[in-house]
Amino acid sequence: MSKGSFLNASIGRKFLMSITGLFLIMFLMVHMSINLLLIFDDSGDLYNIAAHFMATNPLIKIMEPILALGFVIHIAWSLIITYQNMKARPVNYAKTEQGINSAWASRNMLILGAMLFIYMGIHLANFWWKMKFAGDPLLEHITVKGVEMENAYALVSELFKNSVIFSIVYILGGWLLGLHISHGFWSAFQTIGLNNQIWRKRLFIVAKVIGWIFTIGFGIIPIYFMIKF
Amino acid sequence: MADITLNKIYVKVWRQNSPKDSGRFETYEVENISQGSSFLEMLDILNDNLIREGKDPIAFDHDCREGICGMCSLYVNGRAHGPDRDITTCQLHMRKFKEGETITIEPWRAGAFPVIKDLIVDRTAFEKIQQAGGFVSVNTGGVPDGNAIPISKVDADEAMDAAACIGCGACVATCKNSSAMLFVAAKVSQFAKLPQGKVEGARRAKAMVAKMDELGFGGCTNTGACELECPKAISISHIARLNREYLVAKLAD
Ligand code: HEM
Ligand code: SF4
Ligand code: FES
Repeated sequence: MSKGSFLNASIGRKFLMSITGLFLIMFLMVHMSINLLLIFDDSGDLYNIAAHFMATNPLIKIMEPILALGFVIHIAWSLIITYQNMKARPVNYAKTEQGINSAWASRNMLILGAMLFIYMGIHLANFWWKMKFAGDPLLEHITVKGVEMENAYALVSELFKNSVIFSIVYILGGWLLGLHISHGFWSAFQTIGLNNQIWRKRLFIVAKVIGWIFTIGFGIIPIYFMIKF
Repeated sequence: MADITLNKIYVKVWRQNSPKDSGRFETYEVENISQGSSFLEMLDILNDNLIREGKDPIAFDHDCREGICGMCSLYVNGRAHGPDRDITTCQLHMRKFKEGETITIEPWRAGAFPVIKDLIVDRTAFEKIQQAGGFVSVNTGGVPDGNAIPISKVDADEAMDAAACIGCGACVATCKNSSAMLFVAAKVSQFAKLPQGKVEGARRAKAMVAKMDELGFGGCTNTGACELECPKAISISHIARLNREYLVAKLAD
């Protein structure tokens, strides 16, 4: 990248963050919708059919590397941006009252992101790794409506039924995500330039609502299994 | 109503002899300060004491002392221009402080605003950003008729709101990233909404952002702190406009 190029400019970097961020939000919307099938059908059939569909659909196969790339770019650029921004103030204030003029989440996006990253590691090890590579006795094939598939429902539900610790980790993960997005969503529109005096209030509210939808939507699943079983 | 007098306050202030000096805090006692006096008057009294004691007075920037020039700076008790909304430091009054309080005063902190002495920082970086594109370079010719160029009230108001920026640097000082986006956004917006300024809009946005980046200001992470500490309450909606102008200009390249 040459000096002065778009991706090296402050606004260009932020543009990449916002586009990848919004893309990740779209992915998570789909992800959460499918997950919620877990609590709407205790036989597990609905969830297993959906999971089987996602695992075998060619379009999803194409999206997987794009999704991974989205994460990589979002994380890599978040580190670059945060480093540049810290460098811009070589001597810090002895006393500052930032809490008065800005929200905590807006000031700590990297910390929230880093915790989300750890959470994602745990999450991938719990499910994705086992489904894709390592395998697990719980995944033993079942037949739903004449189609043979892995019992993903058993893998997920058994984790939450048996482990309070993991349940709490997942509830916390949903909460962190909600915080990240309650700032990230409206911030992304601001970065792209799709904002003005009227829309900022609307976007701000929508961001909060989406944040809460994620917090509750992801959090309710472990809670459901903890309480019901 | 008679003003209450603060019998004693403590002023913890950043002292730095030169740009190279590493600097340190010194704490001074100041007695008998009327709450009706301005913050800068309190510093004048403290300086008067220091001079009488044969010490070096505290260097700080100020000029108009009525909130329009943007010279006065000072990060007071953790906030740019001190604990009040929509004001410059010269408009800050001692009624915002309590008896016996220790008031911490620091210079604007940003790599792009190096300290010259004590509380005075070098804000030439703003001039450089302005010189990169904050002007209209066409010959204007004779004075046009008042209504010859129709401009909607909404646009005129937004341009005027942006033009209220006094270049004080509080946005940079308060931003956790030392970003100059609010300043640049104001300077770009005041032209972008008007027909005379629109012509060079794309070039202006690109040039001013490039200069801002080059001078070592941080990037915007949309915390919104600048807007709340800006003495002229410049809206971060102007930052959205700057982003838009810049991205469209870059896409057209
Ligand atoms: C899990 C899914 C994630 C989603 C949906 C997401 C979404 C977003 C969105 C929409 C933004 C706003 C972009 C903007 O302000 O223009 C953002 C900002 C940010 N994200 Fe994420 N993010 C995720 C994960 C992460 C991770 C894993 C990290 C870091 C390790 C991270 C670090 C950041 C940082 C530092 C910012 C602030 C950048 C700035 O404001 O300049 N995010 N994120
Ligand atoms: S935008 Fe506000 S805080 Fe920033 S320089 Fe202009 S007047 Fe000062
Ligand atoms: S001295 Fe002019 S604005 Fe404060």
